[in-house]
Amino acid sequence: MRVGVVTFPGSLDDHDARRAVHLAGAEPVRLWHADAGLQGVEAVILPGGFSYGDYLRAGAIARFSPVMDAVIPAAQDGLPVLGICNGFQVLCESHLLPGALVRNDHQQFRCQDQTLRVESTHTAWTSGFQAGQQVVVTLKNGEGAYMADDRTLDELEEQGRVVARYVGDNPNGSRRAIAGVTNARGNVVGLMPHPEHAVESGYGPSVDGLTFFTSVLNSVVRA
Amino acid sequence: MSGGGGASRDDNGDSSTGPRFAVDTVPVAAGSADVEQPYAALGLKPEEYERIREILGRRPTSAELAMYSVMWSEHCSYKSSKVHLRQFGDKTTEQMRASLLVGIGENAGVVDIGGGWAVTYKVESHNHPSYVEPYQGAATGVGGIVRDIMSMGARPIAVMDALRFGALDHPDTARVLPAVVAGVGGYGNCLGLPNIGGEVEFDPCYQGNPLVNALCVGSMRIEDIHLASAEGAGNLVVLFGAKTGGDGIGGVSVLASESFDSSGSTKRPAVQVGDPFAEKVLIECCLELYAARVVAGIQDLGGAGLSCATSELASNGDGGMSVHLDRVPLRDASLSPEEILMSESQERMMAVVEPERLDDFMSITARWDVEATVLGQVTDGDTLQVYWGSELIVDVPPRSVAHDGPVYERPMARPAYLDAQVADSTVGLPAPEEGPELAQALLDVLASPNGCDVTWVTQQYDRYVRGNTAQAMPDDAGVVRVDEVTGRGVVISADVNPRFAQLDPYAGAQHALAESYRNVAVSGGVPTAVSDCLNFGSPEDPAVMWQFERAVSGLADGCTALGIPVTGGNVSFYNQTGDLAVHPTPLVAVLGVIEDVAARNRAGWQQPGLAVFLLGATGDDLDGSLWAQVAHQHLGGLPPPVDLEAERRLGRTVLAAGANGMLHSAHDLSEGGLAMALAEAVLRHGIGIEADLEGLCLRDGIEAFSALFSESGARALIAVAEDDVPDLVDLCAAQQQPAIRIGTTGSDSLRVEDLYDLPLSRLRAAHTGVIQRALALAASPA
Amino acid sequence: MGTVIVDVMPKREILDPQGQAVAGALARLGATEFTQVRQGKRFTLEVEGEVTPQTLAAARQAAVTLLSNPVIEDVVSVRAQQDVEQVRAQQDVEQVRAQQGDQA
Repeated sequence: MRVGVVTFPGSLDDHDARRAVHLAGAEPVRLWHADAGLQGVEAVILPGGFSYGDYLRAGAIARFSPVMDAVIPAAQDGLPVLGICNGFQVLCESHLLPGALVRNDHQQFRCQDQTLRVESTHTAWTSGFQAGQQVVVTLKNGEGAYMADDRTLDELEEQGRVVARYVGDNPNGSRRAIAGVTNARGNVVGLMPHPEHAVESGYGPSVDGLTFFTSVLNSVVRA
Repeated sequence: MSGGGGASRDDNGDSSTGPRFAVDTVPVAAGSADVEQPYAALGLKPEEYERIREILGRRPTSAELAMYSVMWSEHCSYKSSKVHLRQFGDKTTEQMRASLLVGIGENAGVVDIGGGWAVTYKVESHNHPSYVEPYQGAATGVGGIVRDIMSMGARPIAVMDALRFGALDHPDTARVLPAVVAGVGGYGNCLGLPNIGGEVEFDPCYQGNPLVNALCVGSMRIEDIHLASAEGAGNLVVLFGAKTGGDGIGGVSVLASESFDSSGSTKRPAVQVGDPFAEKVLIECCLELYAARVVAGIQDLGGAGLSCATSELASNGDGGMSVHLDRVPLRDASLSPEEILMSESQERMMAVVEPERLDDFMSITARWDVEATVLGQVTDGDTLQVYWGSELIVDVPPRSVAHDGPVYERPMARPAYLDAQVADSTVGLPAPEEGPELAQALLDVLASPNGCDVTWVTQQYDRYVRGNTAQAMPDDAGVVRVDEVTGRGVVISADVNPRFAQLDPYAGAQHALAESYRNVAVSGGVPTAVSDCLNFGSPEDPAVMWQFERAVSGLADGCTALGIPVTGGNVSFYNQTGDLAVHPTPLVAVLGVIEDVAARNRAGWQQPGLAVFLLGATGDDLDGSLWAQVAHQHLGGLPPPVDLEAERRLGRTVLAAGANGMLHSAHDLSEGGLAMALAEAVLRHGIGIEADLEGLCLRDGIEAFSALFSESGARALIAVAEDDVPDLVDLCAAQQQPAIRIGTTGSDSLRVEDLYDLPLSRLRAAHTGVIQRALALAASPA
Repeated sequence: MGTVIVDVMPKREILDPQGQAVAGALARLGATEFTQVRQGKRFTLEVEGEVTPQTLAAARQAAVTLLSNPVIEDVVSVRAQQDVEQVRAQQDVEQVRAQQGDQA
């Protein structure tokens, strides 16, 4: 299976996302921000980093890249898309996901090992987990507080579209401790923490992150 | 009229480039020998000015004067330190040079780490700017060292930072500390470089002179090493990266203000502002340029900007160079030629490109949206010529600017305070003897600014990006994987105990080297190379120069004794406010090689039932100790004796034990001695220890207090399985390594027989939150 | 040369930690009369020639599609710099008149 990983100017964790895809048993495909084609990949990852330096707002400029002209309609058609950290910000700016990410409430960049509870396994990227399963992955961001109005948040909860929640102290002020959400169809997922840093023993807090990447392999096969 | 030379006679009028400036040209300078020039305001001495006139055979133009003044400054020319730094080269043997691919003199040293891989690394300072504008000072410090590494042809793979501030409870520390940390993190995180370690220290001597020392390490295949030389007449000189603005030109505005009539502020900003996004893009762009083999020579633009890049490239090359300054893309169109030459705008590089490869070069820079401009070319002459439009404004022998600057032999004098300081030892200071007092002393040390947990700082740094960080703080060294197939990697630690250096700079520099060497070996790396960042007071003070010479000697002798070479480094002088100079702070960063990072050793044990051994001998070495600082605010006497042979033996022993698969953990002893090391080891993974120091005290002839708080060198704490104890004992005996069992891991307390039994929760409560609480206190209304 | 000024502020209901931090700092400096601070962004967009109704329309479009994120921000103002100057000029005239009136 071929999984595209987009590189925007300033993307940082594209390297790690490609490694995670490879370790999961799929073939990572480099997608360049300025190319409007997806090279026939079966899923796309928007990686972490500081695309365009986070200028204006994180993800605000990247979301207008030529590659997004291809990603957005494909996502609307059901292509599995995972946005990690900066990628999550791009998905929100693109309106593929509701809400927005703002500055951490404590005003600092924070890098720490974070326990999450996976709440929805009905997405292309979390189908391999057990509902309620707790995992430990890396959290590292300066603008990771998930914001949305009450109506949107209630809707997400009622529709089971909260994908993951922070366990323990809220690390960044995200409303309802939301660490990740999905769209109605379950193919587009945004995650603030970094599963791609928890895929190789000895280089992260665990290998729990790998399941996000193996899930999509099964999702596509099933489809 | 100063600076502008014959401005009224030399009217450039409205040429298509640089119309506003009445430019001081070479022909004009040749014909107007008696013009007054503001060399003193630019920091040049009369004899230096005369020397320039001698070199050129005429008076310098104002652009040439600006160039010499900056390139001959202490910061760029190392004029006060050169005579002493020679020792590094002089005392390096052939054998030490064996793994060096590029030595001192280039942007950074390069080491062969095996498997076809080369690693380049260096430490640099950005001290004064971090006092003036802490965020940007620290940020651009990181940016600068990263560019040095990039310019060797490497991909930067990790950074470290050693930070020193005034007293933690001082209001100005509350101004500087958070912003410096935010700056280091803000720039490094945005570049995608994991921060794998460093130091944080608080001492009043740094109140007006915080130290920000940044380290960067990069890796490349050996065949991809690039050097900074401009060779081949006809090859093009290309400036690429950010536009040039008025960053950092400070004093050069003296010239600029005289030479143009447009309104515009004559006060230019002295602080450089960094754009890490621009640098990240530059990194990726450069790596593609290197891979495409379109770069013949490359230099980054750091201190003294274009002046430095052009003169260094030209002087390392085989001919001359000719560049057109009016082609430089500007952020600020009002800059004069002198200002453009001096600008320290960040995120700029200069490349030498063969004409046939220019199209490929430009297409790669275009892909990354990096602006690139051909400024000129390498010539077969022997001078560096700079044009402004059609006017020649600089025509100098490049070596005279870049390498043959003044060399000072500044006076040195043993400091007047020294004898009294040496006599003021800790012997006779009230010291704890009984268990409860010793326990309290430990808790006080754990809660002190220099003993406490620094997670508040380190959690602001990304340690995970690129997925190759096998180990980072708070373990003893940073360990980064270089080869993703074999696991080959590097182990780095940056250390210094400035209090030791204040007591004895020669020994203090050796202690810094020993501590760094020990940290690398204890983590599983074979120490291979040394980089240093020497932070001192004013070189105009003979006592400071004495300290400097002693420290350099100590470090050079120490490197020879340990068999590892200095590959490059940095000197920062003038860290002084009035009469208060910082403690001599010779930071040493040892780099080691590890064949498989999976074999690296953690600092703390992760299971109960392990046998804990103390390797090394302990003496009554309390002078300069953390205990003395915390309990008595005392600094006096002499540092612990340095025994480099013992450090080598310890390193060999730990590496051998690791190779035999015996080590569950290994942690070096430094500040706070054994008491601190035990506390750190139990807190690391939350597993306590039942220890007994009676045997140690008997063997080494010391009391419990010394056993716990002495800071003798060449010691480490290791944990092995019970079954491996006989083999460990045999191995140590074979190495003649002193080793004694002091306990067994397990329980949830730190228990020292007959002395104290401290629950981990109590240790943790003392150790954590110290920095947060101090900053919160400083922020609340008085 | 004309300039359009666009002001963007965080929505009232969105947490504004930067504004809160500024409010805290003001209090510590002794400026205790300020009960709340919100921090936004001000953009200046320059054009050749005068600012026309078309320019303002383009600026409004840019404001809602790029310069602001409607989920968390409001565009509170899009106006021409010349309008600001005119208002200031008018205020100056009125001030002079008032002074003359006082003197009368």
